[in-house]
Amino acid sequence: MTLWEKMKASSVLGGKEGVISLAVLAAIIFVVLPLGVDIFRLNLIGKYLTYAFVAVGLVMLWGHGGILSLGQGIFFGLGGYAMAMFLKLEASDPLSTKIQSTPGIPDFMDWNQLTALPWFWEPFKSLPFTIFAVLTIPALFAYIIGYAMFKRRVGGVYFSIITQAVALILSILIVGQQGYTGGVNGMTDLRTMLGWDIRTDSAKYILYFVNGLLLFGAIFLSKYIMSSKFGMLLLAMRDKEERVRFSGYDVSNFKIFIFCFAAMLSAVGGAMFTLQVGFMSPSFVGIVPSIEMVIFCAVGGRASLVGAVYGTLLVNYGKTVFSETYPEMWLFLMGGLFIAVVMFFPSGLAGIWDKYATKYGWFKDKVAPAKKPEVSTSEVEAPAVLTETMTEPTLTPDSTGVVSKQVTRKKADANAAIESNKLRGAEA
Amino acid sequence: MFGYSMAEIGNIVVMQGFSGLSMFTVLLLMALGLAIIFGQMGVINMAHGEFMTIGAYTTVMLSKVAATYGFTNYYFIFAILIAFGLAFIVGYFIEFVMIRHLYKRPLDTLLATWGLSLVMQQIFRSTFGAKEVSAELPEWMLGSFQPTPDIDIPINGVFVMGLAALVTFGVYMFMFKSRWGLRVRATVQNRTMAGAVGINTAKVDRVTFALGCGIAGIAGAAFTTIASTGPTTGTLYIVDSFMVVVFGGAASIVGTIASAFGIAQAQSVLQFFMTSSMGKVSTLLAIVTILMMKPEGLFASKLRK
Repeated sequence: MTLWEKMKASSVLGGKEGVISLAVLAAIIFVVLPLGVDIFRLNLIGKYLTYAFVAVGLVMLWGHGGILSLGQGIFFGLGGYAMAMFLKLEASDPLSTKIQSTPGIPDFMDWNQLTALPWFWEPFKSLPFTIFAVLTIPALFAYIIGYAMFKRRVGGVYFSIITQAVALILSILIVGQQGYTGGVNGMTDLRTMLGWDIRTDSAKYILYFVNGLLLFGAIFLSKYIMSSKFGMLLLAMRDKEERVRFSGYDVSNFKIFIFCFAAMLSAVGGAMFTLQVGFMSPSFVGIVPSIEMVIFCAVGGRASLVGAVYGTLLVNYGKTVFSETYPEMWLFLMGGLFIAVVMFFPSGLAGIWDKYATKYGWFKDKVAPAKKPEVSTSEVEAPAVLTETMTEPTLTPDSTGVVSKQVTRKKADANAAIESNKLRGAEA
Repeated sequence: MFGYSMAEIGNIVVMQGFSGLSMFTVLLLMALGLAIIFGQMGVINMAHGEFMTIGAYTTVMLSKVAATYGFTNYYFIFAILIAFGLAFIVGYFIEFVMIRHLYKRPLDTLLATWGLSLVMQQIFRSTFGAKEVSAELPEWMLGSFQPTPDIDIPINGVFVMGLAALVTFGVYMFMFKSRWGLRVRATVQNRTMAGAVGINTAKVDRVTFALGCGIAGIAGAAFTTIASTGPTTGTLYIVDSFMVVVFGGAASIVGTIASAFGIAQAQSVLQFFMTSSMGKVSTLLAIVTILMMKPEGLFASKLRK
């Protein structure tokens, strides 16, 4: 088999259509944009792409897991702050802070009459620890929240509201504890990473590409998870949680895992954000950014990983353009977008694409998704989806041609059923 | 303790308790509306705060009109009624245009109403300006009682508490003693069956939602007595209101009252002894911790699930 055939047959990438959509996205991110726009705009796009990590995490958590977290800003912020603490310490060497009353500590600590570095700042002097912290602290945090909630079968709306409250708590805490966190200004004036100046144009190019590669890593990892048995069970759990539980699976563990996974992705996004933008502030942690991140994901298509990236780029680009030219109009547009996407395009851009791609038969090798059932018929449709997804694990999903095609088909059907089975995790 | 004598601490607790009471009334009125919309209907109305803002702006505007025509002394009573009416009408309209299409997707109501709240905020900003405005209170509402020299209790707080008590009683009567309430509860529990016995469920939904919004409008009128109103006033209270409803147990009026009281008091008293932000953080943290241990809230009705 040639590489192309191998890729086409791979159930991980999602068949021919999946490979093409990834290739198009890769071309846009790695070729078209870097060649087409100047470094200022590219840096801006790099910033948007860091939000895409959150959106990809939300696709896994919300689109595939049926769990809507309104607190992804928490993890974005934790990752971002961890990275910012490292960069801030490096920027606060005794030489450049010699005018302070206590040289060698970050400037905002000096302004707040702190005379020594707080103990929890100490480990952030090391880059390996910082990277370790970016990956583990948010995941640990998510584990604690997830364990406390999912083990007691709290879900749906209650989970959303509690994560929202946690986002509020964290943002108030960051703003309130000026001496430790830089308060409302956040951590600004970040310059170098291990002596490498992150503010130069070449650094910005490099960081943009690193960011893009990491984003693709996140998408591949998510696709891999989705194509595994776990991914199938996740879908089944979203649609009929009780049945999966009665089949002997511990549903709460699935939820905790996927919540931690989404948290980790968000944190990587946050760390890349800090590196590319050069500061971190509580305005990326609270309720408003957390909900906006959900809309990035919803606009792209809550069940489509690639769609989430486009959704993030589109909404943020729109935000930049409109808030520059018509600041008044922006809130109307943003609000209208929320309403329109939810009411008229529940599966977002990806849904619109699917509809037309199917209509004109652009991807013949792929089985056409079944006619999308109306929401009202969801009760009738749900068991059919469930039986298919449930029998899947016995099918030995090897990457051999026939079976993988069936897998693809089941995934397509399951995707089509997303509209019908609207997130019934909310039954609380 | 904290460098105060016991008597002083007693006074501080009483005073902070009373300032907490005005917050309690606003939270209670907000949460009563939400308890109907979210607790009964299952709709997550993120624009609930904006319905409160409608009520608040109505009161402020009426106070301006009243000042011009010289009926400042009794405009507040009308303001409450008109605030209720306006919020009710807007809620009725919103239910018809938007919410009724989303009953099967509760999490999506959250996003759609969040969008609605953004639009409404911008409408407020374009109409009334970005500046905060405040109502002129009638003379009889100013001033305070002073039972002891160290304690003074503002009259407007007492008035608003009376209002909250009245509304709570009204909601209780409506939900549990009237035919309408019976229909609402029937529709919520089993829509198909309620329809089968001849209840117009679509109409019940619409009126229930509008009623919840109307009560938020009253909360807005009450809000003008304690603070000034701006376009983003509603968002300050929305998370707290949801916490009140969830904490108290979604469908319980007693629970809503108790948790609104507890949350408002805890915040108010803690804010005196810590910084304002730490008071809020510790209150919210306590609620989240308790909710993790008791997910159905304090006064959850015992249901098999």
